[in-house]
Amino acid sequence: MQEFITANLPYLLGGISVGGQYALIAVGYTMVYGILRLINFAHGDIFTVAGFFMVYLNATMPVAVSLPLTILLIIALGFSVERVAYKPLRNAPRMSVMISAIGVSYLLQNLMWYVTGGLAKQYPTIPWISSSITIYTATTKMVTLVTPILTIVLVALLVQLINHTKIGMAMRAVSKDFETARLMGIKIDRVISATFIIGSALAGIGSILYFSNYTAVTPTAGAMPGLKAFVAAVFGGIGSIPGAVIGAFIIGISENIIKAVGLTTFSDAFTFALLIVVLIFKPTGLFGEAVNEKV
Amino acid sequence: MIGAAKFKKLFALLMVLTLMLPAFALGETAYAGTIKIGVYEPASGDNGAGGKQETLGVEYANFVAPSVTLSDGEYKVELVHADNQSSTDKAPSAAQTLVSADVSVVLGSYGSSVSIAAADIFDQAGLVAVGLSCTNPQVTLGNPLYYRVCYLDPFQGTVLASFALEEYGAKKAYTLAMLGEDYGVGLVNYFTEAFKAAGGEVDGETFPEGTSDFTAYLTTAFNNGAEVIFAPTSTPYAAQIITQAASNGITIPILAGDTWDNSVIVEAAKTTDVKVSVSTFFDEGDTSPKAVEFVTGFKAWLNANPDKLVNNGGNDGIAGVTPLGYDGYMVALEAIKAADSADRDDIADVMAGITYDGVTGAIVFDENGDAIRDQAFIKATENVAGTWTFVKVQGIIK
Repeated sequence: MQEFITANLPYLLGGISVGGQYALIAVGYTMVYGILRLINFAHGDIFTVAGFFMVYLNATMPVAVSLPLTILLIIALGFSVERVAYKPLRNAPRMSVMISAIGVSYLLQNLMWYVTGGLAKQYPTIPWISSSITIYTATTKMVTLVTPILTIVLVALLVQLINHTKIGMAMRAVSKDFETARLMGIKIDRVISATFIIGSALAGIGSILYFSNYTAVTPTAGAMPGLKAFVAAVFGGIGSIPGAVIGAFIIGISENIIKAVGLTTFSDAFTFALLIVVLIFKPTGLFGEAVNEKV
Repeated sequence: MIGAAKFKKLFALLMVLTLMLPAFALGETAYAGTIKIGVYEPASGDNGAGGKQETLGVEYANFVAPSVTLSDGEYKVELVHADNQSSTDKAPSAAQTLVSADVSVVLGSYGSSVSIAAADIFDQAGLVAVGLSCTNPQVTLGNPLYYRVCYLDPFQGTVLASFALEEYGAKKAYTLAMLGEDYGVGLVNYFTEAFKAAGGEVDGETFPEGTSDFTAYLTTAFNNGAEVIFAPTSTPYAAQIITQAASNGITIPILAGDTWDNSVIVEAAKTTDVKVSVSTFFDEGDTSPKAVEFVTGFKAWLNANPDKLVNNGGNDGIAGVTPLGYDGYMVALEAIKAADSADRDDIADVMAGITYDGVTGAIVFDENGDAIRDQAFIKATENVAGTWTFVKVQGIIK
């Protein structure tokens, strides 16, 4: 038994930690989808840009300044992406906005290539969360433990915000019925901006946690976590925040279990196969709202 | 609106003039003509860092020997760069760019996969290509116009297995390579073959492209009781593997091939307990006159050009691929001289017989077009100072 735990604890810890990081990104996907019915393909790249912000800012200023500044800058980026690329298309067909999102994704990615030359940058060491600790017999980084706790706290706060504040009420109203909410005097643009601000802030925090663990930042570093987080959001039922979080943890953990049993080659294939299976049996995802077609 | 249109015209005129400036500058030289050499290297993507260091060797060689004298006068040698972006799907168009740019010879690439992807295109154009550090046998095998100046993976894999057995007395090894990457998977195969032939045990795994979490793989290696980890991957993965091994308290020695001979590795290993050893083509500590001359000349050139220094990773350490870039350029010049022509077919006719005494040793091509080599340099990280230290010259143990 003890041997079993010793052998498998690192896999489980890794899975929980990476699951928490996927969750922080997945919340951004799911919130934007809930409100705009838009899959924000640029979200994964915003996550990566946050990584580079931190690398460059930390080169000139102390962590206490660069950390909050990274989050502020990434919020500004998420906000402006919405204003520039999505807002003018508010009344356009949904497909046009989606293409615009893909455009933004490639633009950000290529800008990163251009600025960094494509070379991997070493992520700065953040005091405390980058330090090593030993749990039982497994040695890992502090961030592995911090991630799931921080994720759950942040998501709990977010759920409170959505259920108990005015802006939260507006968000719920907009996600139920966009047009009616607008007629009732809700300032749609403000609600949408708030959604992007929250989503980007969480992606920023997710990026700090993720890159503290996996320290090489490249322009495509966010592509895979972004895709997995998107899968997690769909898996949990897109539009549902608890669904996205639970989906993310399931994907993070099962990915690592697959590696533990020696099927490493299939770990990504498995993630996506799982998605297909869930969607066959529950087309709206684990916690997805049932679709009521209005006549 | 009229003002705007006028401004646009003026702007366009200025742009055209700016673009023409280099043309005026070239007009001053007194050469009989220009011979173009293509540099087919990644400047971005997973192998961007290594590609830039290899290109530096070529650029330095071009600085040392900027022209070539043929029977009808002196020709200026111009380098034409094409970025293959470390990616096999972008490689053919980069190769095509060089073919259309009318180059006489191509040098490159860093990374075997992209070289293999371009081999057909060079072959159809009748263009001789000189591989610099691409070590996979498939590069030259069946491609009569592809030559190479470095050693091959069967040799390198065997040398590293010999090193693992000799230096660490290892009985059990764990191998890790990226799924579908010709370089890593090939090297792992040769390592495994040699290691098993010597009575060792090998567990191997592959990871999908884009993986950043290596803790699971490292845990498996640890649980299996591996005494060495052999992980010939590209450098971004290497940095992840080293830092994650360190943060998970796994201190099994890690071995890798020439790709890891890069400043990214020492940076990642600095202040950790992870010992990394790599096989490489060249060592700065080499005391032969050719090597000493190259090292001093190259460092002076590098330190005088800040943008080149950036391409070398911000320091003047010499990666093993840089002298190969230098030797490859010199071999190409020898071929142009021997052919006494910049014509692709003339060069192809003489290429097989070219010999050159280079910085990395004597270069003589065998029937496949591969340079004949029998030893590799082994370097290891020195984790306190964050530098490479020379370990030994390793041959194959029988």
